[in-house]
Amino acid sequence: MGTITQMTEAVRPRHAALVRVTHWLITLSFLALLVTGVEILISHPRFYWGETGNVNTRAFLTLPIPSSRGTVPTGYGYVLPDQNGWSRYLHFEAAWVAVLTGLIYATFGFLQGHFRRNLIPAASELSPKRLAADILRHLPFRRPSEDETGSYNVLQRLTYLLVIFVLFPLVIWTGLDMSPAFASVFPGAVTVLGGRQSARTLHFFVSIFLVLFLFVHVLMVYLAGFRKRVGAMITGRLAKTGERA
Amino acid sequence: MSMISRRKLITTGLLATAGATGLGVAAKLAQHYGLIPPDAGTLYGAGETLTYAAQRLFARHSLAQEFARSQISKDPFANEVDPLGAEFQRIQQGGFADWRLAVDGMVARPASFSLAELQSFPRSTQITLIACEEGWSYIAEWSGVPLGHVLNLVGALPAARYVVYRSFQPDWWDSIDMADALHPQTLLALGMNGAELPIPFGGPLRLRVPRQLGYKNVKYITRLTLTDNLKRFGKGLGSAAPEGGYAWYAGI
Repeated sequence: MGTITQMTEAVRPRHAALVRVTHWLITLSFLALLVTGVEILISHPRFYWGETGNVNTRAFLTLPIPSSRGTVPTGYGYVLPDQNGWSRYLHFEAAWVAVLTGLIYATFGFLQGHFRRNLIPAASELSPKRLAADILRHLPFRRPSEDETGSYNVLQRLTYLLVIFVLFPLVIWTGLDMSPAFASVFPGAVTVLGGRQSARTLHFFVSIFLVLFLFVHVLMVYLAGFRKRVGAMITGRLAKTGERA
Repeated sequence: MSMISRRKLITTGLLATAGATGLGVAAKLAQHYGLIPPDAGTLYGAGETLTYAAQRLFARHSLAQEFARSQISKDPFANEVDPLGAEFQRIQQGGFADWRLAVDGMVARPASFSLAELQSFPRSTQITLIACEEGWSYIAEWSGVPLGHVLNLVGALPAARYVVYRSFQPDWWDSIDMADALHPQTLLALGMNGAELPIPFGGPLRLRVPRQLGYKNVKYITRLTLTDNLKRFGKGLGSAAPEGGYAWYAGI
């Protein structure tokens, strides 16, 4: 078995080059979107449901943070500096990088069988019993054994599929809904979510889930051996135990 | 030098030349079709250009959604307005009889209109949403003169590409391209929710561009200048917004 695994690895890297490049492009643009998104958010840390909402409206949710606008009642005695100009510029620029990278990745994923081979779980793995066993096995946060590192387990597969095919499309959709020009072409894309403010609120919550994913993802990489795993995502090669990545 | 590396060098050189020429042609075409925003040369110009070009290609003639009368916000928010000063107060006390809208630049017949003249022009009414770049929004019924009507009256020259608009507040000046200027929903707004446009909301005259965010909807409009070159205005970035770090185009 050992020789076969080694041979396969010699032919096919742990992560294909395109997966590695798109992974880091998405990482970079996601971090830019996160920082600028927070900056834009603090100019109005209030959320509403429906089409409209402003400081004269009752908020659906008010974040207990200071704001970069004096017009927003926050209870804090100070106003943070306005960072919206460059934040909005960079937010949309990073969004372009993320979306274009995502399109290349998805095209590759479908055409080259990346999704089929690496991400779609086998039907047998999806029985409630198997899933429950997998979750229990993960709870103690144990380092994975050597034979687990060659491919993704079912929980990883489901999580990545959720992020790629649900959370990312949702965050793009709700983000686009806030563009008045986009909304003029596809008003239904806004109305179906309840309106522009609903879209903004959903954009925030989907982003929270993406940030949650980022934390858990980095924690798992750390538990599985940070240098080795990050090395594999850079070089494509998974170093053997004892070998320095 | 071996044959292979020489061949490689020639191929790479040809490809690079073709690529550069292709980019050059693409840039020329984009410029010709008005897909390059005036702040394209700034730090985030690449993303800005992609957004503006994409929205001009796919949303040049789209109409902003119009809402039902029942959806008009009962609690619109005017946002902060810097003090308008003694001169504004004087004009206001005179019932804005002295308010003028000058139209100049690339027009056949430069003109200056009083509010009464503007009010006598054909009116258009729309119930649309205005959203601030900060995230908040409200829906109101806006009524006013389509900007296109005024541009027709003064005989806008075919070569004009932008309308620069200036406010009573000198720090607020902006511009829109002709796609927005001639758009049927772009108004010189005189009224809001069935009454005269309240001063905090931009009265007596506000430019209403419903497919762009609030800050392009400049209040207290006093002058329109048609031009084919935004380089001549301010720092050449198209409006006061990029000079303060904000994007010129606010369709997103």
